[in-house]
Amino acid sequence: MSEPIVELKSAVKEYVNGALRVTAMRGIDLRIDRGEYAVIMGASGSGKSTCLNILGCLDRLTEGSYLLGGEDVSRLDDDELSEIRSKRLGFIFQSYNLIPQLNVIENIQVPLFYQGVPESQARDAAKKLADRMGLSSRLEHKPMELSGGQQQRVAIARSLVCDPLLMLADEPTGNLDSKTGHEILELLDELHAEGKTIVMVTHDDNIADRAQRVVRFRDGEIISNDWKGASTA
Amino acid sequence: MLSMRPERMIKLAVKNLSQYKLRAGLTMLGIIFGVCSVVAMLSVGEGANQEIQEKIQRMGSRNILIKSVKVPDENMTAGGKRNMIASYGITYTDADDLTRFVPNLESSIPIKRLYYDVQFKARKLQTDVVATVPAFIRVQNYRMVRGRFLSMADQEFGAPVCVIGTRLARMLFAGFDPIGQTLTIDSDTYTVVGIVGDIAQSELAPQNELWLEGENQSVYIPLRTYIQKRGDYFTQWAEGGGTFEKIELYELILSIDKQENVVRAVDAVRRTLKKNHKKEDYSIVVPLELIRQARETRRLFNIVLGSIAAISLIVGGIGIMNIMLATVSERTREIGIRRALGARRMDIVLQFLMETLLLSISGGVIGLIFGAIIPMVITATTNVTTVLTFKAFAVSFSVSVAVSVIFGIYPARRAALMDPIEALRHE
Repeated sequence: MSEPIVELKSAVKEYVNGALRVTAMRGIDLRIDRGEYAVIMGASGSGKSTCLNILGCLDRLTEGSYLLGGEDVSRLDDDELSEIRSKRLGFIFQSYNLIPQLNVIENIQVPLFYQGVPESQARDAAKKLADRMGLSSRLEHKPMELSGGQQQRVAIARSLVCDPLLMLADEPTGNLDSKTGHEILELLDELHAEGKTIVMVTHDDNIADRAQRVVRFRDGEIISNDWKGASTA
Repeated sequence: MLSMRPERMIKLAVKNLSQYKLRAGLTMLGIIFGVCSVVAMLSVGEGANQEIQEKIQRMGSRNILIKSVKVPDENMTAGGKRNMIASYGITYTDADDLTRFVPNLESSIPIKRLYYDVQFKARKLQTDVVATVPAFIRVQNYRMVRGRFLSMADQEFGAPVCVIGTRLARMLFAGFDPIGQTLTIDSDTYTVVGIVGDIAQSELAPQNELWLEGENQSVYIPLRTYIQKRGDYFTQWAEGGGTFEKIELYELILSIDKQENVVRAVDAVRRTLKKNHKKEDYSIVVPLELIRQARETRRLFNIVLGSIAAISLIVGGIGIMNIMLATVSERTREIGIRRALGARRMDIVLQFLMETLLLSISGGVIGLIFGAIIPMVITATTNVTTVLTFKAFAVSFSVSVAVSVIFGIYPARRAALMDPIEALRHE
């Protein structure tokens, strides 16, 4: 298992905030292999969110390069990045980010919508994932009618629908009570066990313990990068 | 390249719009009123136009109509001495001179037109009596319904025959076959030889306030016959005495061979009549000029209408833009989510444009329906002619859709150009 999924090389991200020039990533090197479960930690302003945006192809590097699954995506234009997002990446957000006017099954289908997958096929794929997430009886419900845990399950199903190369989770349990949060984390463990590559941003050390590897950020640099080998379960 | 299929984009747009039914309805109102008013105005305008054109066409675009006009005569009352005979109008000499001097003249139709009691058995009514020549039928847009028109022989021998209009036939001869019957025109008897009808035969004819008023209610008799029986003097009894009037011809219709020669002929008519008459006791009507004036009026009307339409549709378009801007800012987060999940900028532009398009098309269709109903109601209640044209539908509909799409582009672009990271953070 040494095929690299993510390779950041001397990655620099600067942006202009008013008159201020902020350097959010100062020459970061990071490699994440297929099947890894990595957690990114750091205080706010440490550059971890910027790094997640870069990994999620929502933003581009100022300098350096980013290889996703061996493909250099750091020089792609906006349309090409959109295509990468829809086909290769799965996003899970702290606030679920479901589209309020769509029901469960429609929300799960959204990424397929932008790939031009025929509706019947998309519906089948979405239904399968909804079943797996235990949402079979909620297919026609709108997000507002679901609990937080259920909404996050919908979001996970949505992130899985295009069979992504990399799953990115931004504090996925941040809005959930500890019991529901625990269930979501177990679900992620399960996916990891199936061979999914997961990168998660979190504040919570307890959550970080579940991952194989913890990357800590401070002031736009990586200060520690610990493998725990075959730990936790 | 579209990554979304059109039918799914439409479905999505319908779903999104149905979230805000009241708002969508209010937004559509602007377009509905715009389209509806344009269609209604155009059809009223077109109706008026057709009515005028029809009236003018009936007078004949190659004809020049000259009519005798009574002018106040100082001699009649001057110095307390009453001159009992008023002589005015077009004379036989005028008719001869005009025949000689007017170029490209095809025919000249002299007419005496008087108002008499017409009687058949016990039925009696007052109507127009037109004494004229056989060629009359050729320069008017009339057709024979039955029998024949006046003939050269009738004219030559002063035969006591007449041709009656369809309306008169209906009113006077109900229950009888008019052909061969005898009717009385102010004590003279005439035999009916034909029935003549308007080409247009429209029920509007009786309301015609132009020159040929109630034409198919008239009686047509040979001019020669009339002159032999009555001469050129006309006696009018009024309170305290009477007046004699001498009018040789009440009307003269000059028919010119081609339309392009009409203008030159009119000049010759004016010159000739000016030379023969000290006072302007005649009027000249040129249907061709009326047609030109009608066209000019119509052009002006169209410009005014076009401006009103443009303003109302632009207002509708601004309404749409306003609402779409509000919608876009309300749905910032949705835009961020969609972008994160793989929507390209173009997908976002199309999503919002599709919503705009759907609003304007539905508004346009509803507007067209009301725009078609209103003229019908106007026609049914006020007797005003309205004409719905395909052009009015097509123009108002396509302009409204075009305007709203143009106004929809800005909000849609604004949505598409949002930074997805910022949009996702939006509360």
